[in-house]
Amino acid sequence: MKKAVALVLALMMVFAFTAVFTGCGGSGGDEGESDGALKAGFICLHDENSTYDKNFIDAANAACDELGVEAVIKTNIPEGQECYDTAAELVDAGCGIIFADSFGHEDFMIQAAKDFPDVQFCHSTGTKAHTEGLDNYHNAFASIYEGRYLAGVAAGMKLNEMIESGKITEDQAKIGYVGAFTYAEVISGYTSFFLGARSECPSATMEVTFTGSWYDEAAEKEAANKLISRDCVLISQHADSMGAPTACEEAGVPNVSYNGSTAEACPNTFIVSSRIDWTPYYKDAMQKLMDGEAIDVDYVGTLATGSVQLTEVNEKAAAEGTQAKLDEVKAALENGELHVFDTSTFTVDGKTLDSYKADVDTDDKFTPDTEAIQDGYFNESSPELRSAPYFDIKAIDGIKTLDEKM
Amino acid sequence: MSKQIKEPFLHITKRKEMPARRAWAIRISAIVAALIVCAIVTTLTTGLDPIAVYSAMIDGAVGSSRKVLVLFKELAFLLCISLALTPAFKMKFWNLGGEGQVLIGAWATSVVMIYLGGVLPNGLLILVMLIAAIGAGAVWAMIPAFFKAKWGTNETLFTLMMNYVAIQLVAYFIILWENPKGSGHVGIINQSGREGWLPYIGTNSYLFIIIFVAIITIGMHVYLKYSKHGYEISVVGESQRTANYVGIKVDRVIIRTLLLSGAICGFTGWMMVSGTDHTITTSLAGGRGFLGIMVSWLAQFNSIAMVFAALLLVFLEQGAGEISTSCGLNQSFGDILTGIILFFIIGCEFFINYIVHVRKSSGKEEA
Repeated sequence: MKKAVALVLALMMVFAFTAVFTGCGGSGGDEGESDGALKAGFICLHDENSTYDKNFIDAANAACDELGVEAVIKTNIPEGQECYDTAAELVDAGCGIIFADSFGHEDFMIQAAKDFPDVQFCHSTGTKAHTEGLDNYHNAFASIYEGRYLAGVAAGMKLNEMIESGKITEDQAKIGYVGAFTYAEVISGYTSFFLGARSECPSATMEVTFTGSWYDEAAEKEAANKLISRDCVLISQHADSMGAPTACEEAGVPNVSYNGSTAEACPNTFIVSSRIDWTPYYKDAMQKLMDGEAIDVDYVGTLATGSVQLTEVNEKAAAEGTQAKLDEVKAALENGELHVFDTSTFTVDGKTLDSYKADVDTDDKFTPDTEAIQDGYFNESSPELRSAPYFDIKAIDGIKTLDEKM
Repeated sequence: MSKQIKEPFLHITKRKEMPARRAWAIRISAIVAALIVCAIVTTLTTGLDPIAVYSAMIDGAVGSSRKVLVLFKELAFLLCISLALTPAFKMKFWNLGGEGQVLIGAWATSVVMIYLGGVLPNGLLILVMLIAAIGAGAVWAMIPAFFKAKWGTNETLFTLMMNYVAIQLVAYFIILWENPKGSGHVGIINQSGREGWLPYIGTNSYLFIIIFVAIITIGMHVYLKYSKHGYEISVVGESQRTANYVGIKVDRVIIRTLLLSGAICGFTGWMMVSGTDHTITTSLAGGRGFLGIMVSWLAQFNSIAMVFAALLLVFLEQGAGEISTSCGLNQSFGDILTGIILFFIIGCEFFINYIVHVRKSSGKEEA
């Protein structure tokens, strides 16, 4: 028995020795940095099989290739202590900047930022950078509500086409929306989508249902089917699986997608999709670090920075003239003529919103703390306030939430 | 014509006790064979140098002092759950509820941490958390044990279903505690004041966890091997009738043993919330409640052997992550390699316990 244990240990040591000399991509036994070149670490919740993480991984590779930075990408890191351990290992491996992609990573990134003050930590979709007051901890998001608004415009045009062709009446222009959680990011997303649709089709209404998960293919499909059976004539979603788009393709209901094009799987129903391109942010943060400048506490990517993207319009499913209209609205958003959350375009309980205190500074009582209405519009994702969305009015007039998973 | 009984081509008989040295020789050759098969699979499917993949794996598991510490922390968690399940298994009580018992311990810890954090002094708070976690885990395991002892219900299903009850309960409380609202995340509890956190040694408390589990390992070894309770457990496991005959109160042993089993699971939950993660999610136990079953069986309920069985599994898991990073392979590839290695290891136990006889006179009588 003892001999055997000794043998096992000896074997392990032999293998450990070889580990020092060889290894894929020269990563064997690299402790500490020496060559001076920047190394960037990326922590991803899942791997490239998730559309959400693929979007990040592609951006990480693109940005690092362009800047000549070595990328170390860690996939399948859960939102727990593993995130901290991974961040610490990336520091050991000599990374000067570390990015994480999932909301639940935030607290563990903050913990790592406190423990490793010489390394920069950047967290996408998080909410706490502006209140933590750490020099090396940063949040980033994009004005994706503008992308959603544009996608909504395409949806509204499709509804108009259906009304004109006599397929539905004006009152039947009901949109269905599959959301993940009743979280501000989702609420802001479906509200801007709806406002975009209503700007084209004034009689549009919308029903929203929630799945209580960011990725649950079966639940998303079921939710889309439920909305279709409730006479919704167009579906959009904010969740990461192919559940809703495939349900739409099967039922022949037009779909406005998210995170990227689903045209390949849904050639007859896919209209257009909005997504965040993280490449501009990654480049901006790494460039600033290399130049010795401070990285933004809250970075908000916009249409202008190329962070908010629309896929190509699928001519087969979209209404005629969609692309031209989108270009026009996009220009108006970019030059500031048009604001997505213009308070003159929506009401809450029949009243116009003159003032709204949003919960911008995260605390456990969800205290509304900051005035968000400025110059007649709700100032969503303002770099001065916070990059992550804070529009959290669940149902403006015209939107009905179905089964709320609080 | 041939009246004699036809001998099958293969037949299997149980071996008598095999000398330990030989058994270990078989196990080691199984691991070597597994590594060779893995190497062939790697080369054929990915075209990579298998030695490079192996060394990436080793680097991922033990490549730096931090990685070694993390490896031992992960080992401690898996081992602790395996140890918790062992007395129940030894008694032939199929406790498949480790996952739920850990989670409910973590839940109880979180309840105390959230509602009494800042109210009680830190030392007392940690103690109350500990008692709550052990109590909750013990109760969670005792419920199916009580039903089994009183009414003979099926413990396999009962303990399994209790996992889902625990998961749903935790899911409910996550929504109650979530921050920010609607996000479905609790986040780190008491991050600013660290109320209810185990003290740090350096930048974490992993060392405490490793020490706690080392103590439990030795304790469990002594308990099962040298105590009266341990003896009663093995008698009940061998035959309940014998146990009854010699005057062991089987009902009491079942309930007592499951209380212990659940208490240690609850303790693991406490270590996870107070010692490492400082948060609660439905996947906090991370499948270790089930993996622990395999560790316990692989080690044939021997507490010391369990250290090595758990080490192997944790080593493979930690190493698999590195493959995806440095070799550009998907994490699933690491899982495939782990699967092959486990297949060989579990398979070799068969050859240690049984002899396969091949018919010698094949093709002689009936062609």
